[in-house]
Amino acid sequence: MYRIVKKRVLNPTVTMMEIEAPAVAKKAEPGQFIILRVDENGERIPLTIAAYDREAGTVSIIFQIVGATTEKFNHKEEGEYIQDFVGPLGKATETEGLKRVAVVGGGVGTAIAYPVAKKLHDEGCHVDLIVGFRNKDLIILKEEFEAASTNLIIGTDDGSYGKKALVTDLLKEQIEAGAKYDRVIAIGPVIMMKFVCQLTKEYNIPTVVSMNPIMIDGTGMCGGCRLTVGGETKFACVDGPEFDGHLVDFDEAMARGTMYRDFELHAREETCNLFKQEVK
Amino acid sequence: MPNMSLKKNPMPSQDPNVRNKNFDEVALGYTEEMAIDEAQRCLNCKNPKCVEGCPVNVHIPEFISKVAEGKFDEAFSVITSTNSLPAICGRVCPQENQCEGKCIRGIKGEPVGIGRLERFVADYHNAHGHQGGAPAVPERNGHKVAVVGSGPAGLTCAGDLARKGYDVTVFEALHQVGGVLVYGIPEFRLPKAIVAKEVARLEHFGVKIVTDTVVGRTITIDELMEEGFEAVFIGSGAGLPMFMHIPGENLKGVYSANEFLTRINLMKAYKEGSDTPIMELKGKKVAVVGGGNVAMDAARCAKRLGAEVYIIYRRSEAELPARAEEVEHAKEEGIIFKTLNNPTAILGYNNPEDKRDPKNGSVMGIRCVEMELGEPDASGRRRPIVKEGSDFEMEMDCVIMALGTSPNPLIKSTTKGLEINKKGGIIVNEDGLTSREGVYAGGDAVTGAATVILAMGAGKTAAKAIDEALSKK
Repeated sequence: MYRIVKKRVLNPTVTMMEIEAPAVAKKAEPGQFIILRVDENGERIPLTIAAYDREAGTVSIIFQIVGATTEKFNHKEEGEYIQDFVGPLGKATETEGLKRVAVVGGGVGTAIAYPVAKKLHDEGCHVDLIVGFRNKDLIILKEEFEAASTNLIIGTDDGSYGKKALVTDLLKEQIEAGAKYDRVIAIGPVIMMKFVCQLTKEYNIPTVVSMNPIMIDGTGMCGGCRLTVGGETKFACVDGPEFDGHLVDFDEAMARGTMYRDFELHAREETCNLFKQEVK
Repeated sequence: MPNMSLKKNPMPSQDPNVRNKNFDEVALGYTEEMAIDEAQRCLNCKNPKCVEGCPVNVHIPEFISKVAEGKFDEAFSVITSTNSLPAICGRVCPQENQCEGKCIRGIKGEPVGIGRLERFVADYHNAHGHQGGAPAVPERNGHKVAVVGSGPAGLTCAGDLARKGYDVTVFEALHQVGGVLVYGIPEFRLPKAIVAKEVARLEHFGVKIVTDTVVGRTITIDELMEEGFEAVFIGSGAGLPMFMHIPGENLKGVYSANEFLTRINLMKAYKEGSDTPIMELKGKKVAVVGGGNVAMDAARCAKRLGAEVYIIYRRSEAELPARAEEVEHAKEEGIIFKTLNNPTAILGYNNPEDKRDPKNGSVMGIRCVEMELGEPDASGRRRPIVKEGSDFEMEMDCVIMALGTSPNPLIKSTTKGLEINKKGGIIVNEDGLTSREGVYAGGDAVTGAATVILAMGAGKTAAKAIDEALSKK
């Protein structure tokens, strides 16, 4: 059992949890993920590591409430426990030798972009952190982003904060204005990563994306997380989760991601109803 | 006077048309009377061939003669002196190729039902406990050994060493102990309560188990050795599932057998109250590609979820690598065998009018070719050859690929100096020793996908070698 040390509500549907897991904290690196189960009948879900504190022995994760599992998890409070927390899994982000990087995040994906940006920034890299949200109320981790970047650019879909623009437009502006990037790192919804990659391909900028497919064991056994990268089958859990964005088949990844959508929506509704009944 | 009946006592089983709708165990086990009657068929050979056929050297005639005398407890002691997991072996070993395959009684008539008797003895013990209380726990000898993976190889190695007094810790990546015994083999063939009992017996002998720990990520082999483990046994098991590299393998509704079985067995996706989803298969058509035990397990699970199920296998029925009993059970349950057929593409749905149609990217069929058998290949089996122009298509909603696995890549990529072969298996000598001092390996991590009992045999061999190496220290 793993204790919830801290819970922080970042916006109405996004929560940060700091979990006591010393063995994972000792090894965690930006770009890696963990798998957790909330309770005994829980499913195993992968979540990317948002932060870690080796001394305190804790690992933080940020999640959006999308299905029954995240709904249940969000009902847990500080001091309570979750059933399983295993990791760190996947390969860490490679940052060596990078001088100037644009880290592009969308929605809850910005939370995953944060540790990558921080690591690059700590290593002396010039980091343009470009993050996009639907509106002002959904903006998360603004102070953290500022501390982890040379240049923070926030955009919203409705213009309620920063520029009314998509992250691809904001990135394009930077490139057009003369920013010379060694690499673009894009983390967020698959559709966003697809369009970022289309853009960077035009400019020939190496681009890395972080994939978050359906997964069960996370250790290279089940094969559920497979993707097509450069015409070959790759497994996000052991070969990734980061891949060369110009080689990923995003359309296939998007289709595979919808496999259990109806089940998730239905299960979340049922879970919500259960919690409502408890309140009554 | 031995029982000279030419036939084995049949195994009482659930009716096929009842069991293909539930996940309860298919075979129900011998009664005491049946077990004694079957045991009396053993001729107690002076030079027992059956023992040679057993990868863990169970003293077969000895335990069977105890059964014949009705001394079931003593029979259990005989079995467990060499086999840590008898209730499991009695259920999942391919006896026809091992002990029973060598039985003299099998020359004229059927061999002695050794597997069924082993199962009976283990189940009797689990139901009645050991007379005279729990067996004594050996004194600790002060040597620490780490075991990576809690599948059949790891559990056997851990059990053998713990009985000799070693301080053994097993590290398991998943949340539950048992490896393939819990995520792969279905409940109806190996109830998980039985695995839990076998594991509890190992814990009684002092084996410690740590779950949620991925060796190679959470901790490395080198760090384990720095922490004071004098030897490490790697039994990390099967790795990534293999695919055919045909079009459509990444469509929605194509599973690897590993994923399909893990959702059902480990995550209990078929049960009310499990949060893990699985595709709705009631009234759907499912093709399982492959002919091994894993293919049979996947097919029989799909049947239990209400599907019409086909096994597609490129050779003929005679070459099916699955245990004979599994094939027989699958047929009885209504699985349709399409042997001498091979898939060439999985066909997907695509609505050109509506890009947002949720059915886009889902399986809607499978294209196959017919095969015929040519000359024997390197494996000794006749090589399947494509019959030109024999293409045909079948409607399908789900395709499960059960083509084997390649060894888990995590440990080799994080352990310096660990030599591996071309196929990704860890290279070991006859004692299970790898290219690293103090590091041993066995099971699917070495051989690629094989059987439970071969993994157990490898765990046993390594335990013996570890004992020999550490007792000299």
